Amino acid sequence: MNERSTHRLVILRVLIISLFVVLLGRLYSMQIVDGDEYQNRASDARVREIVEPATRGVILDQMGRTLVGNRSTIIVSISKTTLDALEDNGDSVLKKLAPLLKTSAQSLRDKLIVCGTEGAKKPPICWNGSPYQPIPVAKDISIDTAVQIMERQLDFPGVSASSQTEREIPNVLNANLAHILGYLGPVNDEELADRNGTDHELQRTDLIGRAGVESYYDDVLRGVPGITTLSIDRSMAVIGTLSKTKPQPGSYVVLGVDAALQRVVEDQLQAAINRARAQGFRGDSGAAVVMDVTNGQVLAMASYPTYNPRIWLDGVTESEYNNLTSESSNAPLTSRAIQGLFAPASTFKVITTAAAAQAKFPLGSTLYPCPSSIEIGNRRMENHESHAYGNISVARAIEVSCNTVFYKIGYDMWLRDGGNSPIGNPKDPIEKMAKQFGLGKKTGIDLPSESRGRVGGRTFKTDQYAKFKDLWCYRSDVGYPDIAKSDPVRAAYLKALAKENCVDGGIFRGGDAANLSIGQGDTVVTPLQLASVYSAVANGGTLWTPHVAKAVVSADGKTVTTVKPKVRGKVKISTAVRNYINDALQGVITDGTGKSPFYGWPQSQVPVAAKTGSGEAGADRDPTSWFASYAPANNPRYAVVVMVSEGGTGSLTSGPSVRKIYEALFGVSGSSVDPKNSVLYNAKPSTVLPTIASDGAVTKVGGTQIADATLIRRYGRGN
Amino acid sequence: MFNVLGNQSTVESLWRRQDWFLTATALILTTIGSVLVWAATRPRQLALEADPNAYLKKQLMFTVASVVLAVVVSRAKYPLLRAYTPILYIAGLVGLLLVLLPGVGQETNGIRAWIPLPGGFTLQPSEFAKLAIVIGMALVLSETSSSTAEPGNREIFTALTVAAIPAGLIMLQPDLGTTLVIGVTALGLLSVSGASARWLLGLGGGAIVGVVTVMAIPGLLKDYQKDRLTVFLDPNIDPLNAGYNLIQVKLAIGSGGLFGTGLFQGPQTNGRFVPEQQTDFIYSAAGEELGFVGAAAIIILLFIVVWRALRIASQATDRFGRIAATGIACWISFQAFENIGMNLGIMPATGVPLPFISYGGSSLLALWMAIGLLQNIKMKITD
Repeated sequence: MNERSTHRLVILRVLIISLFVVLLGRLYSMQIVDGDEYQNRASDARVREIVEPATRGVILDQMGRTLVGNRSTIIVSISKTTLDALEDNGDSVLKKLAPLLKTSAQSLRDKLIVCGTEGAKKPPICWNGSPYQPIPVAKDISIDTAVQIMERQLDFPGVSASSQTEREIPNVLNANLAHILGYLGPVNDEELADRNGTDHELQRTDLIGRAGVESYYDDVLRGVPGITTLSIDRSMAVIGTLSKTKPQPGSYVVLGVDAALQRVVEDQLQAAINRARAQGFRGDSGAAVVMDVTNGQVLAMASYPTYNPRIWLDGVTESEYNNLTSESSNAPLTSRAIQGLFAPASTFKVITTAAAAQAKFPLGSTLYPCPSSIEIGNRRMENHESHAYGNISVARAIEVSCNTVFYKIGYDMWLRDGGNSPIGNPKDPIEKMAKQFGLGKKTGIDLPSESRGRVGGRTFKTDQYAKFKDLWCYRSDVGYPDIAKSDPVRAAYLKALAKENCVDGGIFRGGDAANLSIGQGDTVVTPLQLASVYSAVANGGTLWTPHVAKAVVSADGKTVTTVKPKVRGKVKISTAVRNYINDALQGVITDGTGKSPFYGWPQSQVPVAAKTGSGEAGADRDPTSWFASYAPANNPRYAVVVMVSEGGTGSLTSGPSVRKIYEALFGVSGSSVDPKNSVLYNAKPSTVLPTIASDGAVTKVGGTQIADATLIRRYGRGN
Repeated sequence: MFNVLGNQSTVESLWRRQDWFLTATALILTTIGSVLVWAATRPRQLALEADPNAYLKKQLMFTVASVVLAVVVSRAKYPLLRAYTPILYIAGLVGLLLVLLPGVGQETNGIRAWIPLPGGFTLQPSEFAKLAIVIGMALVLSETSSSTAEPGNREIFTALTVAAIPAGLIMLQPDLGTTLVIGVTALGLLSVSGASARWLLGLGGGAIVGVVTVMAIPGLLKDYQKDRLTVFLDPNIDPLNAGYNLIQVKLAIGSGGLFGTGLFQGPQTNGRFVPEQQTDFIYSAAGEELGFVGAAAIIILLFIVVWRALRIASQATDRFGRIAATGIACWISFQAFENIGMNLGIMPATGVPLPFISYGGSSLLALWMAIGLLQNIKMKITD
C-alpha cells in the first residue's frame, strides 16, 4: 500500500475516534450531569394529579350546635378543553344544556371565561381557576337533571354532574355571628406560591378563610385533600396510578361562644343602637363583648353594623364587597369589637385608681375636691356637665364619675415627674398601669386583624415626635399654601400648630396627663381590650388571652385538643386596692351613674360592678357610650362590655342592654333570680365538650334539644 | 488483481481466519437492537391491542436472514463479487427510481423511501444503495495500474459518478440524512484511495457550499424540512411540532441516569411520548431504560465494529479490500454519529437508522452484507 493511503487512514482513525468521543461526552453530560433536571421535567410532563378536596371542618358552639356546617349539592361542570375542541366551540352543547339548568347559553358561556382574559365578566361570574380543569357552571341541580346529563353524554360532551360539599350556615337561634365566624374566599396567586410544596399546599380552586374563625383556624378546618397521581401517556390517556391518598376531613372547631347567649347579645346591641338613635344621637356603630373572667373565654361578641354571612357562600360580587367595606355603608365587615378604636373615657378610671394607689395617693376615705372645673396649664378642664360634688373620696369619684378628682391626680403625678421639664426616668404611673392592663397591645385573641389601640402617655408623645418632627417643621416653614387658597384662617392656624409641634411637639404636657387620667386624648381601646381590663379587675389582676375557640376535635372525634387558657400578664394590684375598686364599681350600680339602668336589680343576690363612660370623640361627633362591667362582684364570672359609637351616655344607651344580658346570663326576671331561666345550660359556661362520634355525628352537651326549643321560643325566629 | 479464493480449502481454516471479534460485536449489537425494538414497540402495540411481540418477531427474522446473507457474502470469491456488484448497483438504482414513482413508493414523514412488499414488509432501496456505492467506488478506484499508484482524475471522476447517481436519486426522496452519509463515506473512501488533496478539499468545500445553497435558496427545501434541520439547535422554539419529538427524546435520555429505569420500565417509552421510537429514535429507549451504562455500551460496541473494519482496511493486502473496508467504516461510523447525535440533540433531525439497532430489514440486511464483505477481505489477508 502506498504511504499516502496509510497516512490518510491514520487521519481517518483520529476523526472517527473524535466522533465517538463527542457522543460519549454529550451522553455523559445529559444523563449524569443534567440527569436530575431532565428527570424532573420528564415526570412533570407525564404525571397528572387529581385532587379530591377534603370536607372542611364544622364549627360548633359550646353546646355542640352547628354554627357553620357543610351540605352536599349536585353541581354541573364543563370541560372547556372538550368544548373548545368541538367544531362550533360547543355552542350547540350549551344551547341544549341551558334550558335544563334554567339559564341561558350566554350566561353559561360567561362562566367558562377565565377571569382576567378578554371578554371575562367580573368575579364571581368568570372562572378563577385553571382552564384545564372542569369548570362548575351550576349547583343545586336536581337528581333528575343530573341523571339526564350523565346519560346523554353524546348530547353533552364535556359536561358532567357530580356531588360536592359546600359551606352552609344554619340559622342557629337566629344568631348572626358574622364577625366571629368570618368567611371563605378564593386563594390568590401569592398564597398559592407561598404554600407550594409545603404540608399546607393549596389548589387553585381552593377557598381559604379570609376572616374570623374560618381564617384563624383555617389550617385545622381545611383538612388534607386526597391526591391521586396518575401517569399519562402522550394522548393524555391514563396508563396507571402512581399513588393515591384519601382526603382527610378537617377538624371540628368547638367555640366557647354560646349561640343562645350570642343571640341575646346581638339583640341587645341592636337595642342599644336603637336607644341611641331614639335620643337623637347618630349611633353609627357598636360592639358588645361577654367574657369569662376566670379564663378569658369569649362567650359572646357582637358588632354593629353587621351583614348576612351567607352572602359569601356563592362568592360576592364587586358591588356587594363595596357595600361591605365602604364608608357610606359604614363598613359592616369591620368588627368593632376587636378592630374598632374608641377613647375609653371614664371606664379608664379604674386604671387611674390602681395607678394612684401604687403612687401612694391615699384611697380609703381621704377626700379630694370635686369642683366643676380645674385649671391645668392655661386650659380649663371641666367635669361632665359641669357638676360639682364638693370634697369626695376616690370611690365616690368613681361612682359619680367626677373628672376633676382624676384630673388632679393625673396632674399631680405629672408634676412629681417634673412637669414640663421631666426628671430622668419619670414614673408615669398611669401609662405604666394602663400597659399592665394590656392596653396599647393586641390581646392576642384567636381572630385575625385585631387592632392594638394605644396609651396616650409620654412614650406615645415621644414616638410621635420622632415620627412627625420633620413633617411638622417642614409645615411650620412652608405652611399650607393649598389650604390657604380656600381658607387662609385655617391655614394660618395649622401653620401655627405645626410651628408649636416642631419646637416641642414631643413634650408630655399637664393637659395630656389630665386627659390620660380620664381615658381621653390620645388613648384608644377596642371593646375587647376593655372587657379584658374589667376581667382583670374582677379576677384580681390576671390578664388572660381572650379566645373564642375552646377545643379542636379531629373529624373522627378521637383527638381532642383543648384551647388552654393563657395568662398574658399579671397586673400589680393589691387585694385591698382591688377590693376598694370592686366596692366602688358596685357603688356605681347602687348609688352612681349606673343606678338608673339597674333600677330594681337584685343587687344583693347578683351584685354587679360597673363603670359608665361617655367618651368625647371629636368636635362634630356624638360621645361614645360605654358600659363596662362584671358580675357577680362577690365571685366574678362574667365581664360584659357594651359600646355604642356616637351613642350618648353610657348609662342611658348601653346600660340597659348590659342589664338585659345579665338577666339572660343569671336568669333574672324582675327582681327574682332563677338559674333555670339562664340562657346558658346549667346557668354557666359548659365545662364539658360536645362529643363527636367516629362518623362525625355530634352529640350536644346535656339535654339541649329541649332547652333549645325553649330558647327558640324566647329568642328564636320571628322574635 | 483479484485472487480467486481457491486455496482456502478447508472449512476449518475459514473459521479460523475470520475476525470473530467483529462478528460477535455485531451480533451483540443486533441482539440489543432487537430487545430495544421490543421494548419500544410493546407499549404501543398493547395500546393498539395488537401482538406486543410483532416487531420483535420480525426483527429476529431479519437478523437470521442477515446473518445467513453475511456468511454467503463472506465466502464469495472476488470475481464473483465483482460480477455481482454491477447487478447489485443497477438493482439499487432501479429500486431508487421505483421508489420515486407515484403509486409504487411509499411516503412516511414526507420522505418517499419505501417500496411496500407483500406480507406487510417494505424495502428501503437507499439502505442497499449505500453498500452498492461502497463496493462500486472501491472497484473503480482500485483498478489502477499498480498497487501503489494513486487513482487518476478519470478514476476519481468515474467513482464520483458511481456515488452521485444514487445519491441524487436519494436526494429526490428527499432523504437528506442518507445523502449526507453517502457524501461522507465517499469522501473517506476517496481519501484512503490516495486521491490528491486538491480533490478532497474541492469536494469537501463543494459539499459545504452545496448545503448552504440548498438551505438558502427558497423553495428547494420545504419548510418542514428546514425546520427539521434547524430545530435541533433549540427545540423549544417549536415545542409542539418539529421540536416535540426532540424534546421528548431528550427527556427520555436525560431521565435515564446512570443505570436507567430498567428494560420495559421507562415511563417516556411506555407512555409512547416518542413517536416511531423503534426506528430513528431507538437510542432514546436505550438511554431511558438502560441508562448511561447501556447507552454508552452501545456507542462503544459500535466503535469496536468500526475499529475492526479500519483494522481490516489497514491490514488489507489489496486496494479493493482496503478501500471497501474504509468505506464501510466511514458509513457505519458517520451514520451512527448522525443518529445518536440527533437523539442527543447535537445533530439535525435527519432520519437515518442507528446501525444494527434500529428496526428495519433493509438496513440490517445491508449492514450484515457489509460485515460479510469485511470478513471476506479479512480472510484474504491471512493468506
